[in-house]
Amino acid sequence: MTAPIDPDAKLQSYAHPERLVTTAWLEQHLDTPGLVIVECDEDVLLYETGHIPGAVKVDWHTELNDPVVRDYIDGAGFAQLMSAKGIDRDSTLVVYGDKSNWWAAYALWVFTLFGHEDVRLLDGGRDRWIAEGRTLTTEHPSPTPTDYPVVERHDEEIRAFKEDVLAHLGKPLIDVRSPEEYSGERTHMPAYPDEGALRGGHIPTARSVPWARAAAEDGTFRSADELAAIYRDEAAIGEAEDVIAYCRIGERSSHTWFVLTHLLGVPRVRNYDGSWTEWGSAVRVPITTGSEPGELPDR
Amino acid sequence: MSTALPDSLVEIRDDFHALGEKDRLQLLLEFSNELPELPPEHRDRTDLFERVEECQSPVFLLVDVRDGTVHVHATAPAESPTTRGFASILVQGLSGLSVESVLAVPADFAFDLGLTSAVSPLRLRGMTGMLGRIQRQVREKSAA
Repeated sequence: MTAPIDPDAKLQSYAHPERLVTTAWLEQHLDTPGLVIVECDEDVLLYETGHIPGAVKVDWHTELNDPVVRDYIDGAGFAQLMSAKGIDRDSTLVVYGDKSNWWAAYALWVFTLFGHEDVRLLDGGRDRWIAEGRTLTTEHPSPTPTDYPVVERHDEEIRAFKEDVLAHLGKPLIDVRSPEEYSGERTHMPAYPDEGALRGGHIPTARSVPWARAAAEDGTFRSADELAAIYRDEAAIGEAEDVIAYCRIGERSSHTWFVLTHLLGVPRVRNYDGSWTEWGSAVRVPITTGSEPGELPDR
Repeated sequence: MSTALPDSLVEIRDDFHALGEKDRLQLLLEFSNELPELPPEHRDRTDLFERVEECQSPVFLLVDVRDGTVHVHATAPAESPTTRGFASILVQGLSGLSVESVLAVPADFAFDLGLTSAVSPLRLRGMTGMLGRIQRQVREKSAA
């Protein structure tokens, strides 16, 4: 790791405090060699309106996805992306974004698929930085291209496919969508247009924990105790060592993946990025409607 | 009804197409910054505005039709510059046109701006939603 760890007391209560930095720490470390700040927002124009000095923009829509197949970019594409952003294989990445780091967590998860070691989120994200009156700039950095190596993407550890979810049934599943999507009243988020799933409902036995519950009022993550109460107790994952999270297309569940993996320290957490747009349209997969998790289907 | 793009929107479309992809986003940002303020008589009348449910962010529209001429007003938060940019294109491109010209704008105009690979389809559908609601209000408010 190239940049020091943020010693902030709140962060130390998490399983992996090295995965978060505070806004105060980041402001003091803006010019640290080897540290690259990455902004990733839901609204792809926000960065242009002003960003943290020195931050590069990663566009989730155009830069992380394969343009044709429903998949992420490959090792060569990732190396090219990282190089263009001035990121070395051993750079410390601090990722932040809008909406409590929703899309920032998604980018961080994709970076992890490629085994980029030192990836951290800015606790509270873009909104907190701005709320605290810290500096923004509209100046675009011109990073020097790097020799980022071409590395294989490793999907097994943190990514689940539909077959993996079927095999996982009976172990903890977290559905991070809105209550209306979970119950099957609707197949897309309230106020968002329908991206298409033929059936509504949830994967049988999945517990409902809308992703944003992990964030406090000020957009920072809830304390370790509060998170444990939500996920370990209420969603009953207990001391489980193998959890899968899903949403509609896998972005909101990346946020929950981050919480379970890095803040609570669950040993194995996978994000099912096919999520409801795949499951809700797949033939003969089990589905439960209503607000209860439902029974394990006979197999 | 036959569809046709009014000159104002043709000009906006051509401006986008004349640019490379990165600069198109910059132009959208300029539109976002230029979304006109609400006229004083509308400022405190949020009850008159219609929420665009197709947009992720809170966008509100109000259409006036006076003597056959359409006036479009919209509000969108600064934290949603993409949506705000689309609202601004419609406000600037449609205001001052005749009822017929507004109703003749093709429903898929949003997909014509050359932004389909830079902006997610969700956002473009949000703009389509705005246009549809504007046209519906125009139809209602021009019905004699």
